[in-house]
Amino acid sequence: MHSDQAQRIEQSIERCRDLPGALLPMLHAIQDDLGFVPEAAVPSIAKALNLSRAEVHGVITFYHHFRSHAPGRHVIQVCRAEACQSMGAESLLARLRDRLGIDLHGTTTDGAITLEPVYCLGNCACAPAVMVDGELRGRVTDDVMNEIIESSRGAR
Amino acid sequence: MSFRVFVPSDSAALSVGAGAVASVIADEAARRGLDVTIVRNGARGMMWLEPLVEVETPAGRVGYGPVRAADVASLFDAGFLTGGKHALSIGVVSEHPYLAKQERLCFARVGVTDPLSWDDYCAHGGSRGLQAALAMSGADGVAAVTESGLRGRGGAAFPTGIKWKTVLDTAADQKYVVCNADEGDSGTFSDRMTMEDDPFLLIEGMTIAGVVTGATQGYIYVRSEYPHAERALLAAIATAYERGVLGESVLGSGKRFDLEVRRGAGAYICGEETSLLESLEGKRGTVRFKPPVPAISGLFGKPTVINNVITFASIPVIFDKGAAFYRDFGRGRSRGTLPIQLTGNIRRGGLVEKAFGVTLNELLHDFGGGSASGRPIRTVQVGGPLGAYIPESQFDVPLDYEAYASIGAMVGHGGIVVFDDTVDMAKMARYAMEFCAIESCGKCTPCRIGSTRGVETIDRIIEGRDRGAQVVILEDLCNTMLAGSLCALGGMTPFPVLSALKHFPQDFGLGPDGLAVAA
Repeated sequence: MHSDQAQRIEQSIERCRDLPGALLPMLHAIQDDLGFVPEAAVPSIAKALNLSRAEVHGVITFYHHFRSHAPGRHVIQVCRAEACQSMGAESLLARLRDRLGIDLHGTTTDGAITLEPVYCLGNCACAPAVMVDGELRGRVTDDVMNEIIESSRGAR
Repeated sequence: MSFRVFVPSDSAALSVGAGAVASVIADEAARRGLDVTIVRNGARGMMWLEPLVEVETPAGRVGYGPVRAADVASLFDAGFLTGGKHALSIGVVSEHPYLAKQERLCFARVGVTDPLSWDDYCAHGGSRGLQAALAMSGADGVAAVTESGLRGRGGAAFPTGIKWKTVLDTAADQKYVVCNADEGDSGTFSDRMTMEDDPFLLIEGMTIAGVVTGATQGYIYVRSEYPHAERALLAAIATAYERGVLGESVLGSGKRFDLEVRRGAGAYICGEETSLLESLEGKRGTVRFKPPVPAISGLFGKPTVINNVITFASIPVIFDKGAAFYRDFGRGRSRGTLPIQLTGNIRRGGLVEKAFGVTLNELLHDFGGGSASGRPIRTVQVGGPLGAYIPESQFDVPLDYEAYASIGAMVGHGGIVVFDDTVDMAKMARYAMEFCAIESCGKCTPCRIGSTRGVETIDRIIEGRDRGAQVVILEDLCNTMLAGSLCALGGMTPFPVLSALKHFPQDFGLGPDGLAVAA
């Protein structure tokens, strides 16, 4: 772990350690900052909260949101829930996987895009929906998807 | 002359380009030397018209939608700032049949006001419920909630007054109010809209709960998939502290109530109230055994009012206009109104708040205008991923808790997902089991193991391997999950599976009697 990264993790830990039920806010603070929760952060978190490393590991792996590895520069989350399925989300996702040459949770070889499933973004009247780096998109067609991919690959 | 133009900042509107439309309108106005103020309101809930741009005129607010950035110049040319005619014009927005036919109690302000303006909120009836609650005893406050007939809008429909009374009557040094904003059901967004488009309503409802039951600390547990809602809540809470709504003396009453936002982490199970409490405590979101109920031993072991966003959003009007006013909406034991979400393959999707008793036929055809694809509607799923698939023959059943229970379905959080005749119901049944397997917390065996065995069994049915025997196994497995699961995830996943099997046996390669067809 870089010393810079270790320092940033310590800052997140310090900011959250006195909150009631501090573990989730702490993990969010680390992932918001670094994009993931490095394995190497687990011992410091456990020590700060007087938990076992197993307990911290158990919480990180329980929740779909937390990642243990760095994602690509952009994260595309494709909704797979029923409302989006009714508007063709599964075939949209299949074409996207083909186009990017990766499976769900995978990252493209150029490091530009990580593809993740998500189960409802609350945009069910404008289905199919995707979220790109936290920005919601609705009525997603292949053209919209192409534009998202192009801009993800272009912007560094 | 100055003009006021409204462009929604609701994330559904932003998802289809409202942000770009707002900035192009500002640029175009500047280029033409016009004095235009752009207000970022919430969405009206007519999602097929988004981005829906409105202009204030003497006749009322006139709407145009769906507006693309490329349409803006032509809107100016048509004189839209004074309500001029344009191909995208929908006339006076509040007179649009989609809105005029609704009974909006929770959503009365949504789309009308600037969500982050406390003054706008109060000018449209906000804060009156809280003022009334502050003048009441706790017992009278609980009685008002009980008399209103309000039941939990998250899906379980438990009488809210009973929860609140239990918390009020349980002595403790600390009590909590927790808002379940982990709106994970597919086909639902009424919580999201409330948080983004009228966040003070939720703050007011939770503060009333605190004042009435003697709780001084509140938490809103909002799902990580809703970053926009989280930002709106944080901004509104900051304003509420500045204006003395929250903090050590709520509206100068001397009563304390603090409120904090906590973010979930992408676990559907945390919409179950005891899992949510575990998660708030910083643990894995596994389901707790009940009893004790959270009203007696909830967050950190203390008495806790835990309700859904829409339940809290229903509270202020009950205190403002009285329990009887609220109870007069609805039918049977389902009192008040329900914000219904019309979604999926539907032409006019959006939010429809109606008193209980409306039918799917009215919702799908009068409001929804049929499917988006133009093909016949084959089925709808009501109540999220644990809700039953309802065939056309039951589209006239009135939407209320008891009527739906009597046909093996549930109202849930009011989400309606529409499918046209291209849907493969065996695939949807398989998905229900797959979703349960992905989201199971793992605490009880019927859910943890049953969901995976369910996927395998449905795969064998689809492949036609010993189909008759596999159907018997699937039904048996569903009964085990129904009766033996610890919470609604395992206990209700059989609803979509069995309803698909019962109403659409042909999709599973079965005859109309549900028996395997000889190959």
